[in-house]
Amino acid sequence: MSLFDWFANRQKSEPVTQKRQEREIADGLWSKCEACGVLAYTKDLQANQMVCSECNHHLRVDSDERIRQLIDAKTWKPLNEEISPIDPLSFKDRKAYKDRLSDYQQKTGLTDAVQTGTGLLDGLPVALGVMDFRFMGGSMGSVVGEKLCRLIEYGTQEGLPVVIICASGGARMQEGMLSLMQMAKISGALEHHRREKLLYIPVLTHPTTGGVTASFAMLGDFILAEPKATIGFAGRRVIEQTLREKLPDDFQSAEYLLKYGFVDAIVPRTQLKATLAQLISLHQLSPIAPGHHHNGDRVHYQHHNEPKKIHRDAMQVLEETD
Amino acid sequence: MPTQTRKPFLLDFEKPLCELESRIAQIRELAAENNVDVSAQIQELEAKAVQLRQEIFSALTPSQRLQLARHPRRPSTLDYIQAICDDWFEMHGDRGGYDDPALVGGVARLDGKPVVILGHQKGRDTKDNVARNFGMASPGGYRKAMRLMDHANRFQMPIITLIDTPGAWAGVDAEKLGQGEAIAYNLREMFALDVPILCTVIGEGGSGGALGIGVGDRLMMFEHSVYTVATPEACAAILWKDASRSPQAASALKITAWDLKELGIIDQILPEPSSGAHADPLGAAQNLKKALLENLQDLLSLSAKQRRDLRYQKFRQMGKYTLA
Ligand SMILES: [Zn+2]
Repeated sequence: MSLFDWFANRQKSEPVTQKRQEREIADGLWSKCEACGVLAYTKDLQANQMVCSECNHHLRVDSDERIRQLIDAKTWKPLNEEISPIDPLSFKDRKAYKDRLSDYQQKTGLTDAVQTGTGLLDGLPVALGVMDFRFMGGSMGSVVGEKLCRLIEYGTQEGLPVVIICASGGARMQEGMLSLMQMAKISGALEHHRREKLLYIPVLTHPTTGGVTASFAMLGDFILAEPKATIGFAGRRVIEQTLREKLPDDFQSAEYLLKYGFVDAIVPRTQLKATLAQLISLHQLSPIAPGHHHNGDRVHYQHHNEPKKIHRDAMQVLEETD
Repeated sequence: MPTQTRKPFLLDFEKPLCELESRIAQIRELAAENNVDVSAQIQELEAKAVQLRQEIFSALTPSQRLQLARHPRRPSTLDYIQAICDDWFEMHGDRGGYDDPALVGGVARLDGKPVVILGHQKGRDTKDNVARNFGMASPGGYRKAMRLMDHANRFQMPIITLIDTPGAWAGVDAEKLGQGEAIAYNLREMFALDVPILCTVIGEGGSGGALGIGVGDRLMMFEHSVYTVATPEACAAILWKDASRSPQAASALKITAWDLKELGIIDQILPEPSSGAHADPLGAAQNLKKALLENLQDLLSLSAKQRRDLRYQKFRQMGKYTLA
């Protein structure tokens, strides 16, 4: 090929700028807003917490990014990272569950669809769980259940508020009834946490559906949601099929749930950390709460005990499953 | 019910048995008309029928069990209540503007002692089924159930729940009224109840709709009932992209009582009469009553706190994972 041909070929192809742009999108330098189509420098977008500055659309955020957004730098301590999925039913649909798991593990660098840990949120200690939709649609199987359960138990033991960022299509079918039972298990852990008069705040992000909605997503003392997030029990298509009619556009949106009284507030992502800090600190300053002592005019409230030992129950479970 | 109306409900795998049984009846009739003694032959055929019945019912596939679990003649919650309880008084309404006909319950006596008993209610025929929404409970149904369970807790009555639903109702109203919240609330609060809770899957245990009244000290299943995270039809449509693969999904999902006993999810399998609960509802009811009374006796010897702790521990160990 002569130099001339090379130039000719090059001119026949798409304009240079567009081509470069595509490459740079692929490189992650630029990101395209899926709602309005506007391109933004990924760095700018990240600085704005993955919220499009053009149309305010909340782009999907993975669990690492979410932890960065919410937890003060260098204070995140992951819990139970070693808990990993198995294939208890030897489940195989069009693809073996085992293969699905290892594919997603490779793709995401995660063991399963949730990260849990403790850290400071504007200086306030919290137990935080973050679901990751990238891992099999954030579906809840044994690992998601066990990690969230241990997180809540840890919060109960250490007197910590629990925050869970929900993003899930529901129970993971590949683990059958074991997945369904995680709903009960987590709800039981929340009952103990609640009994200790500790604060629990789920944050519903796009999408929060099925078994997650029918358990810990709806059990908060406060329930927060991100703008326009889809939140519902049954899938929209299932309902459309049974009713044979088109549903209103805002059906199962965060705004719809606010209207009908199932969430307390829709909080833009850029204000989420401040809102959580506000709610947590409001509940730590009660002058009549047990264990909070008056000392002169100043109210002392218990600070987060730095985690020293793993929960006894958790240890027990660890031994049992060895 | 006359036999004519039973025939349309005959399941495929029941047919050989049914044919054999009608042949025995025919021979009997002919023998009586012609005054001949065929007792030896009849005895032989009857033995064959027993064997055939045993063969059929011991080798059911998960999807055949699903058919049995959904059998239109299968005893329903109200049938069992009628058969095992005295002094039944049905309670109505969630006190929030709704009374769900798909979830029924009330106070009654079981073996002389007061209990609260509640469950999903399917219809006995098409018309009744429409009225009962095919046993798919609404948020108001779960809230009614919680109201009844709170009542039981206040008056120290054991709670008996009977599970039989394809799933919680999925509709516009259900979403608007917070189906997810209604179920979630029950899941949490059932862990807080002091009184014994006995849960039995009598037919179809459909996902979150079943679990919404399914947190208890004992989980039991009738031997031909199923309990599943999603209906095999839905699972096949989603994972295989082909609803006709539902028998395959039924096997893969592990929905039978034996599978779930092995997975550590249920505590006890309740035997059914030899041709299934629908063939002998009273026999099935006797088995249920016996199991309820036995388990109740165990649970009543514990303190409220012990029961709550054990209930939590029971669900706490559900799940399979590794520490890699
Ligand atoms: Zn945009």
